[in-house]
Amino acid sequence: MAGLIGKKIGMTSVFSAEGKNIPCTVLEAGPCVVTQVKTIESDGYKAVQLAYDEKKEKSANNPEKGHFSKAKTSPKRKLVEFEFENSLQLGESVTSEIFAEGEVVAVYGTSKGKGFQGVVKRHGFSGVGGQTHGQHNRLRAPGSVGASSYPSRVFKGMRMAGRTGGDQVKVSGLKIIKIIGEQNLIVVKGSVPGANGSYVIIKK
Amino acid sequence: MDLIKVAENAFIREINYPEFSAGDTITISYQIKEGDKMRVQDYRGVVIQRKGTGSGATFTVRKVSGGVGVERIFPVFSPNIDSITVNKKGKVRRARIYYLRDLKGKKARIKEKRS
Repeated sequence: MAGLIGKKIGMTSVFSAEGKNIPCTVLEAGPCVVTQVKTIESDGYKAVQLAYDEKKEKSANNPEKGHFSKAKTSPKRKLVEFEFENSLQLGESVTSEIFAEGEVVAVYGTSKGKGFQGVVKRHGFSGVGGQTHGQHNRLRAPGSVGASSYPSRVFKGMRMAGRTGGDQVKVSGLKIIKIIGEQNLIVVKGSVPGANGSYVIIKK
Repeated sequence: MDLIKVAENAFIREINYPEFSAGDTITISYQIKEGDKMRVQDYRGVVIQRKGTGSGATFTVRKVSGGVGVERIFPVFSPNIDSITVNKKGKVRRARIYYLRDLKGKKARIKEKRS
């Protein structure tokens, strides 16, 4: 799937032609540089590695400098592989032109970290039904985690409290409302996971 | 923040409403869709506040209708607003005149600004 690396800029709302207020997210999409072309002969699979976001020359280590100098570009922060149908050359620039207005895309982002959370927030448990009938301190408790003498253990993967958020989340079905080529911005309808300024991957 | 403004400006349409602020009495002609017909309804009241900047800016208009206070929030850039006319310029000391909600009858009047 063709795609681009980008950044979440933030959310706003715009009015459609019918007078409806549409919530939308502004994303910076690219420009990305092709830093490696993987082929079946040399790597066993076909892919194009794209790089995005400028990095200082002095903060890049020597292997990185070598890798980017092969593509005749400056060091970048984020590298992601994509499958492009048309063949791209090493060092070629890929911009938001690969998308079209009205197209539906999927966006991958890293969700905001929520810290250590209970099962109600983390797994959507409903908690204990009521506050009355003798309840006083177990409103958001997980309840039983298993039977007694058999199996005498808690099954692996039992949903419990723990670190929440900070995972990769994919949101598909986002319609592109507008593309602003000059600033490499695309505006999609709906929300995108992650904080403002975090990296996102936009795929067709 | 700047890039958001760039994106917002790409959508903003030209509006030429007269200037108004909190305390002013205005009439808004608002388009209402009924089935597949469009109708224009007038809403007249006192502007209580103007809120927000850019494409998300709104203003709140209060009127007393049949003894019941009604407040309506309009987005400034809503395409459903047909026109706005300023009926009276009010003389108020603050930007958000929430105190008007607690006043009734003769006390709820606002002095007119004479230029």
